[in-house]
Amino acid sequence: MLVKKGAEANLFLEEWQGRKVIMKRRLPKRYRLPKIDEKIRAYRTIHESQLLHYAKEAGVPTPTIFMVDLADSNIIMEFVEGKQVKQVLNDLSSEERQRLSNHIGELIGRLHCDDIVHGDLTTSNMILTPTCKVVFVDFGLGEKTVELELRGVDLHLMKRAFQSTHFRYAEECFKAVLEGYAQVVGEEMAQKVHGKIRAIERRGRYISERRTTE
Amino acid sequence: MQKHNLAERFCLGIEATADDYSVGILDFEGKVLANIIDVFIPEEGGIHPREAARHHAKVAGEVISQAFQKAGIKPKDVTIIAFSQGPGLGPCLRTGATSARALSTYLNIPLVGVNHCVAHIEIGKLATGAKDPVTLYVSGGNTIVSAFDAGRYRVFGETLDIAIGNCLDVFAREAGFNQREGMPFGAIVEKLALEGKELVDLPYSVKGMDMSFSGLLTAVIRLLKSEKHRLEDLCYSLQEIAFSMLTEVTERALAHTEKHSILLTGGVAANKRLQAMLTTVAEEHNSRFCVVPKQYALDNGAMIAWTGILAYKHGITTPVDKSFVRLKWRLEEVNAPWVEG
Repeated sequence: MLVKKGAEANLFLEEWQGRKVIMKRRLPKRYRLPKIDEKIRAYRTIHESQLLHYAKEAGVPTPTIFMVDLADSNIIMEFVEGKQVKQVLNDLSSEERQRLSNHIGELIGRLHCDDIVHGDLTTSNMILTPTCKVVFVDFGLGEKTVELELRGVDLHLMKRAFQSTHFRYAEECFKAVLEGYAQVVGEEMAQKVHGKIRAIERRGRYISERRTTE
Repeated sequence: MQKHNLAERFCLGIEATADDYSVGILDFEGKVLANIIDVFIPEEGGIHPREAARHHAKVAGEVISQAFQKAGIKPKDVTIIAFSQGPGLGPCLRTGATSARALSTYLNIPLVGVNHCVAHIEIGKLATGAKDPVTLYVSGGNTIVSAFDAGRYRVFGETLDIAIGNCLDVFAREAGFNQREGMPFGAIVEKLALEGKELVDLPYSVKGMDMSFSGLLTAVIRLLKSEKHRLEDLCYSLQEIAFSMLTEVTERALAHTEKHSILLTGGVAANKRLQAMLTTVAEEHNSRFCVVPKQYALDNGAMIAWTGILAYKHGITTPVDKSFVRLKWRLEEVNAPWVEG
């Protein structure tokens, strides 16, 4: 059963070996040349599987992988019960929102401490389970890297996701994320990454701040 | 005397953010009566802001009078003056703003400062009838994926460095082409790409919803200088990779926002390959694909005039002492009360 038609992959809820599983199938994109398409899909399938595993080692809940089928660009993984953070965030009290954002920041911190960047940190890619665990999904654009720049890009994406989808609470949420992040990676590293975020924003086009600082 | 018939009220819009000086005249129903564009073409290299501004100052009077002639109305018939207040190149914006202030003061009619990026979206909506679209706005200075939400056009993805149009322009210049030959750089690359057969390896850089084109440009210029590939193949590969990135991000925004149409606007919108890719995506998501007509794809005065009308109808005017240009005015900073959503 198709449960989510995403931009690059479709998620199917299936029975597999007596389990409820999610099949994530990266579908061919007709708009791009097959040669480009196959390369991107295979690359993202392999890397996503690896990163889901690395993330677990870093202490960030992710779905368990049961099988990877490269010929089909298909990953079979655990079905995680719960709701997307995107769906619940606006209904939370300010205090709960703060706590959740703080926890998300901690999880991002754990990823970054283990040199993992997620690559697509949005509130749709985080699932809040009934036991209040936050599970990160969709590492399709993720990377294993030591580059400070990409950590900055990662958090910048998170900020942008708040601004575009939860603009009313964007500021308080992102502030809480940064606090949680700093608790895990340490104040010094957090400052460095924060500096990167500002640099990325200045580099972005038409930001008035670029003219007035540095 | 205040006229109430919308077809008898007119807005004159002035666009001068970069290399174009353009004047458009529309009636308040959205009928375009004139849209005169005068493009500054540099002797060599890119746009030098001061040289472009000098061009604008030189042609402004002539373009304005041509627009009146074409529209068949007199200056006293105009109800409001709209101008592109930003974002853009400082000297160019100031020249446009100066001519707008002069007209507004002389005719004693309201002035409306318009955001250039909003104008590209609004003219696309007016010309195509697109309703609440995800917009891909691609030009020499901007690469933005946007959708309307809660009073403003929100930016869902954009370039982290250079614009796609800039990327194509610089490559064409590096390959030895000259705009004086009468064809825009983007069109030259598009034409050569049609003869391309072999896909060469180039970096594909999508970071979430954002894109980066500077690494792609560096890589393709390096291959060009190596002289190991046909120019046609490089143009083909550059287009395929860059447009796949744009299309991927647009598709992500479409899926994320759950909207039902895609609008392609800005100077690069004229590219047939990019149009074809987005058409495919629209089909797959049961959405409508709309592309801005050619005459409104490049920077033009008509889009400024139309956006000025929309804002003015919602009581927005810009007093002369607040009409300073805003070089880095972001799309998402603009309140757009005229949009239903």
